[in-house]
Amino acid sequence: MIRFFLGKLLYLVPTFLGVTIVAFGFVRVLPGDPVLLMAGERGISPERYDQLMQQLGYDQPVWWQYLEFLGRLFRGDLGESLVTKSPVLSEFLTLFPATVELALCAIVLATLIGIPAGVLAAVKRGSWFDQISMGTALIGYSMPIFWWGLLLIILFSGVLGWTPVSGRISLLFFFPEVTGFMLIDSLLSGQDGAFGSAVAHLILPTIVLATIPLAVIARQTRSAMLEVLGEDYVRTARAKGLPWRRVVGVHALRNAMIPVVTTIGLQIGVLMAGAILTETIFSWPGIGKWMVDSIFRRDYPAVQGGLLMVAAIVMAVNLIVDLLYGLINPRIRHV
Amino acid sequence: MTGYSKLLMTAAVCLAAAGAQAKTLVYCSEGSPEGFDPAPYTAGTTFDASSRPIYNRLVEFEKGTTNVIPGLAERWEVSEDGLQYTFHLRPGVKFHTTDWFTPTRDLTADDVIFSFERQRDASSPWNQYTAGISYEYFNSMEMGTLIESIEKVDDLTVRFNLTRPEAPFLANLAMDFASIMSMEYADQLAAEDRMSDLNQQPVGTGPFQMVAYQQDAVIRYRANAEYWNGKPPIDDLVFAITTDPAVRLQKLQAGECHVMPYPAPADIEAIRADENLTLMEQPGLNVAYLAYNTQMPPFDNPQVRRALNMAMNKQAIIDAVFQGTGEAAKNPIPPTMWSYNEEIEDDTYDPEAARQMLEEAGVTDLSMKVWAMPVQRPYMPNARRTAELIQEDFAAVGVDVEIVSYEWGEYLERSSAEDRDGAVILGWTGDNGDPDNFLGVLLSCAGVGEANRAQWCSEEFSDLINQAKATSDQEERAELYRQAQVIFKEEAPWATIAHSTVFMPMSNKVQGYVMSPLGSHQFDAVDIAE
Repeated sequence: MIRFFLGKLLYLVPTFLGVTIVAFGFVRVLPGDPVLLMAGERGISPERYDQLMQQLGYDQPVWWQYLEFLGRLFRGDLGESLVTKSPVLSEFLTLFPATVELALCAIVLATLIGIPAGVLAAVKRGSWFDQISMGTALIGYSMPIFWWGLLLIILFSGVLGWTPVSGRISLLFFFPEVTGFMLIDSLLSGQDGAFGSAVAHLILPTIVLATIPLAVIARQTRSAMLEVLGEDYVRTARAKGLPWRRVVGVHALRNAMIPVVTTIGLQIGVLMAGAILTETIFSWPGIGKWMVDSIFRRDYPAVQGGLLMVAAIVMAVNLIVDLLYGLINPRIRHV
Repeated sequence: MTGYSKLLMTAAVCLAAAGAQAKTLVYCSEGSPEGFDPAPYTAGTTFDASSRPIYNRLVEFEKGTTNVIPGLAERWEVSEDGLQYTFHLRPGVKFHTTDWFTPTRDLTADDVIFSFERQRDASSPWNQYTAGISYEYFNSMEMGTLIESIEKVDDLTVRFNLTRPEAPFLANLAMDFASIMSMEYADQLAAEDRMSDLNQQPVGTGPFQMVAYQQDAVIRYRANAEYWNGKPPIDDLVFAITTDPAVRLQKLQAGECHVMPYPAPADIEAIRADENLTLMEQPGLNVAYLAYNTQMPPFDNPQVRRALNMAMNKQAIIDAVFQGTGEAAKNPIPPTMWSYNEEIEDDTYDPEAARQMLEEAGVTDLSMKVWAMPVQRPYMPNARRTAELIQEDFAAVGVDVEIVSYEWGEYLERSSAEDRDGAVILGWTGDNGDPDNFLGVLLSCAGVGEANRAQWCSEEFSDLINQAKATSDQEERAELYRQAQVIFKEEAPWATIAHSTVFMPMSNKVQGYVMSPLGSHQFDAVDIAE
């Protein structure tokens, strides 16, 4: 097991180096730069432009800038935002809990609905439930998130008035951040109604962010179940006279879960991508919205630091999923 | 007391105040401020959250106008030669007492000098108080070369010595970058080795003081009870940062905020129809234009430029692109600005005459590029659509148009190049309400290769502008600017397209809101009806 773990870890080193190149290169490949955007319609004289670029250290050759970036990175320093002048790492860490809270709620919702729906669709293959749920999953998968979010806001917040429009909690509540997770902080605050308000604010963004993973999980569960249900041991179990519910729930589902767990683990990347749009629509102060703002401002250190952190987190989660997989299925360890 | 317990105390005080029916105004702002020190920034979003609520300037813009009125200086004198400005400060002005600073003295000349010297003097430790900082407004308003020295005459008197007479100087001092900071607070930050907090934990003299900023989410302010101009009617001011205009409107309609800026043009009719909302509007201090490159043939010939101007159906653009929320522009400055020349006649839309003029100028089979901005700006809702309409109009007089576009930063840079190929759609929003801020910046010879996208250098025009800049009498200046507009119209370096209308939707409960022609959003005089 330890060899398996070390082997996986070793793979991460070149991957991470590759990510640093992509993160560093991405923002520089985009046309335009922070100085030009700041000057705006007024324009800027070439002398002043050179002076500012030099002040920011962008007059150096790109490879040199990259090495400097790597050097600072190994000292745990992601640099300072060009715009806010605050350390990128501290900005990231301030905003990250909001994204994690939303992503966790979304993945829990997607799993809680996606797995039973997939199982039921597989068991009742070809039924109206199967048709409708898989049709819905396809729609969910293809839904433009931005449009979907606005639609929900207009219906549930605008027309029906059931949910708040945006934000993390009602502005009436004001308490210091302890964990950065609003659900926890609102409980810790002891203020009446704060937790309820935090939950209410989470509903719509959770639904929007969960939509794509939900569709993927439901479809994956269905196909994994179908495969397992056709296996000999399932037939044997049925032939032994075990109740159908037990065959599906224990014999089939447990085996079908292996690819589903992997799928859920892989959704972390999808969630991060989805968070960018979801957070923008719901004014959710997480890293997705922050990255969008930073890209628009060509805030090089913020974009490259943010990309790197997100990539590192996705890699870490995938590593954990791999390890779990190894635990669930011992055969994997020797491959 | 620890930071947290202080925050808790503040929260408790806020809640207690809420019990006593504190009036809280919620403003759905359009973005996060870049920081809370206005000097290094150029974005209106940042100024709305920093300089306008928190700080004051020596002089201020009168609400709803671009007139300069006393601010922290209650009066001032200008020497005969226009080279010396002496400001007499208001006595007894208090800086904010916050969780992070308790002032021991009132505003003095030292604070004024500090506020400018840190931007002016590269050797000041405050010039680079965080790495890579620069003062773009101070620099682009040429304050560095304009101010020769600033001297303290006494505690409440400060004198600016200029290198040349410059009439817009006073208006410049009302701009955001000229906000007055506390030198005592700066000294404290320096002593505690946390200078960069100047940009995070502001201390000013303004109508509101900052309580807390939750990044990208909420900014909370409390009314300054000791404000020299009287405590604002509301007790708390909250900015709920909401980037999407459709979501802002939903929040406004759901009662989650009281005021929102920048509605989507497509939503204007729905807002008008909503009986719980009030829609304020006013002509923006802006202009959208198409700038020819007057250095490149055949656009170096004014007759060609005038002919193309006559081929453009401006009204069709106003109707289709601005959806009626704008007015056709005939001058480079908006009609709300002093010195606007009413007597100028706009080019009539006449494709036939345009075609003839082009022929007379010997221009046939002309192909040209029209540049369309990739972004929406307050003066231009949709540049692509505008370019397409221009393309049709020009095709009608036999001119073939290719529409090009670039990423915004690149667009701004490439469009400045003197050898640029094609005519550029762009615009401008005024910084300080002074005509020089349009005519001087955008059209003088000094701006060629930068903000002067027409690359147009008329000595006659530039002489008038420079003369006006050095004249202190406003009526004399206005006359010079009116003459300059005549030359502009004859030479036609631009096709002036439109001045857009700015909208401000708000709840019916909001009272006393006054729109600023300069586009800033201020709440010191606003009240909420119970």
